[in-house]
Amino acid sequence: MSSNTYEFNQDAALLKDSARKFFSEKFPVEKLHELVAQDPTLGRTPQSLWFEELWQEIIELGWPMVAVPESAGGLAMPAVAVAGLVEEFGRAAFPSPMLSTLAATYVLSAADAIGPLEDICSGEAASLAIAGSKDSWGLASTEVTYSNGKLSGTAHYVQDVGKVQKILVSAHSNSDLQLFWVDLRSDGVTLDLDTIVDLTRDQGRVSFHNVEAVPISVKGLSVLAEAMPKIWMLVSADIAGAAEWQLQTTVDYVNTRKQFDKALGFFQAIKHPLVDVMIKVDETRSLLYSMANAVSAAPEKALQLSHMLKASASDLAGFASGRSVQSHGGIGFTWECYVHLYFKRQKHSQMLFGDATWHRARLADILIGPVTA
Amino acid sequence: MVDMQRKDTSEQARFRDYCREWLSEHHPGEPEVRIPQSPLEIMTVEQMDYLQRWQKSAYDGGLVGCDYPVEVGGGGRKDLQRIANDEMLRARTPYFPNVIGLGMAAPTVLYHGQDALKQRLLPKLFSGEDIWCQGFSEPGAGSDLASVQTFAQKSGEKWIINGHKVWTSLAHFAEWMIILLRTDKSHKYDGLSYFVVPIKSALGNGVTVKPLIKMTGETGFNEVIFENLEIDDSFRLDELGRGWQVAMTTLLHERGAGDLHVPRAGGLKSRSAHTSNAMSLISLAKELTRDGKRVADDPIIRDRIMRCIIREQGLSENQRRGRVTELLDHPMRIPLQNKLLSSEIAQEIASLAIDIEGAASSLYVGDENAPAGGQWPLAYLNSYGMTIAAGTSEVQRNILGERVLGLAKSK
Repeated sequence: MSSNTYEFNQDAALLKDSARKFFSEKFPVEKLHELVAQDPTLGRTPQSLWFEELWQEIIELGWPMVAVPESAGGLAMPAVAVAGLVEEFGRAAFPSPMLSTLAATYVLSAADAIGPLEDICSGEAASLAIAGSKDSWGLASTEVTYSNGKLSGTAHYVQDVGKVQKILVSAHSNSDLQLFWVDLRSDGVTLDLDTIVDLTRDQGRVSFHNVEAVPISVKGLSVLAEAMPKIWMLVSADIAGAAEWQLQTTVDYVNTRKQFDKALGFFQAIKHPLVDVMIKVDETRSLLYSMANAVSAAPEKALQLSHMLKASASDLAGFASGRSVQSHGGIGFTWECYVHLYFKRQKHSQMLFGDATWHRARLADILIGPVTA
Repeated sequence: MVDMQRKDTSEQARFRDYCREWLSEHHPGEPEVRIPQSPLEIMTVEQMDYLQRWQKSAYDGGLVGCDYPVEVGGGGRKDLQRIANDEMLRARTPYFPNVIGLGMAAPTVLYHGQDALKQRLLPKLFSGEDIWCQGFSEPGAGSDLASVQTFAQKSGEKWIINGHKVWTSLAHFAEWMIILLRTDKSHKYDGLSYFVVPIKSALGNGVTVKPLIKMTGETGFNEVIFENLEIDDSFRLDELGRGWQVAMTTLLHERGAGDLHVPRAGGLKSRSAHTSNAMSLISLAKELTRDGKRVADDPIIRDRIMRCIIREQGLSENQRRGRVTELLDHPMRIPLQNKLLSSEIAQEIASLAIDIEGAASSLYVGDENAPAGGQWPLAYLNSYGMTIAAGTSEVQRNILGERVLGLAKSK
């Protein structure tokens, strides 16, 4: 039956299934909490907390190169398979540079940058350094400049930057926006981690002081525009997986916890909102796989579907998070309960690469046309 | 709207070609009478005649009942109704009038009726010659359906029926009714049995049909009163005391969660009725103005239209993902959302349409200045029929919470 719909074939199902088993065996939520929630202190020094040994295992499994084209030695799996895999990273809230590396992969593929793609196949992780300090998620928001063969300025909101070796930098030059491949250990590059809400990620600012860089593309805007729908897909897949964890964890709790002599789930004030969370999860997941399928099957529809998808996912992230904490009651508001870890990851994903209103505004420009003067 | 290409099997592809060709020759064209927004508001004999002629023609053409066995008047094919439905939607044909027959009675009779009964009832159900209605709700039994009191008293090989059914759509045209009856007062669920009863032939002789007027001003549903109606035991479906289980078959199909694809035509309404999907809000918002500017330029209206479009797209993508077992956690999780979501999305769309119309949304059907013939305010009022009928949205959320999420029963 499934061969009739999407390209979600046996390989994709196997990949998703093995990722689910991998995390449930090696990275239960207790382990996540132990790893990232050691220090609750407000204003603590930012750290990048993760299990590098597990990431090494993941590299050996080949997952970071699933989206790399065959020409660069990658596995070239279709977007539906990647979406399925990323859902499992979200479900585990696994701290890793997976999302960032896949995002960089899609940009590098759009630029046909074989050398950097080979770096990813060799096990190097990467992230996008394309955001400025003030704008939202406009493609040209970078404040980094390129002149006389050198990069200068600071890139902001660089995801997982404490866990990667390479960054893909966008910079203004005297022609178009240009893209570069930079080793974080290069001379003149400094990294400052941000203090962020999300404990399962890190994020930072990367400053360039006359840094020599490998140029990837002189058509930065069109390359980024080509890759962005797939990047929105990645974040949405992570949100969908995490939201399903929030839903099932909350269902388990309200089936166990009793008040007024009844399991909490008996009460419709609890039951109906959880059903609404389920409905939102399904909306996002259905849009996710349709969008991922459109990447190859109907590319002309991928852009509008990706805006629909990320708008749906961002709303889901906020809603599922709110209900998970609220339905847990007092314990849900504490540091010791695990739901805050997902709450914070979801709030980060909610705004990452554009929140729901931003995506609906872009979608409206496509479907209605721009606002007339 | 994003139109998803399906990958048909070769049999489906051949059938799709056949449907297209058939429809190009047999589309009944623009109706000469005003056709209501849904078959549940059919009021006049002229409307019914036109729609019955169309259903008969589609049945004769092989587009209705394709997946049912040949012995009961079906096409004897597999997974082709979906294709016929697609093509009738695409061709914007009128809808079928026998909506309760096709959607609820047919699957129930097929799964629970005796062979002779199936062979007798189903062909004329598919052709639309026999219109069907459904006798479930009662004045005292709404969301708590199992508390129905209309009673069937055994009398030899016959049953004597007394009681009162309400919200019975199409009863004023119906030959037959599917009915949930109490046959034992000492057991709530196990005291229910399920029958088919002839209505039209018993009018004035044990059956009275009285129209109820909806909040829209339309008729279309009724109350049906039974006074000593005598029926044969051969009209019983399944075993005595199994009525609740049989009713679940009916309700699953009514809510779009059954395993049989219900024959559905669609699209065409009378000339002035353009209420349909969320995309149609865009043209409405471009035609009308507020504060001297196009409504389509208002950022909040733009955002709200996009919300509707995304929900609608998500629902249609649910149908698609519902066929990929690897991506489903629970087999009923997607199907049981259908009725809830389609009715709530339709309500949100109609509500937004009214906001887009602004002052003009006060103009109702019949006012010559009403945008879209006043169909949007009518659709908004009617949308509450859909969020209440077939199990209210509240009941749907209970079912989803209990059957899919495994939460404690609220009763």
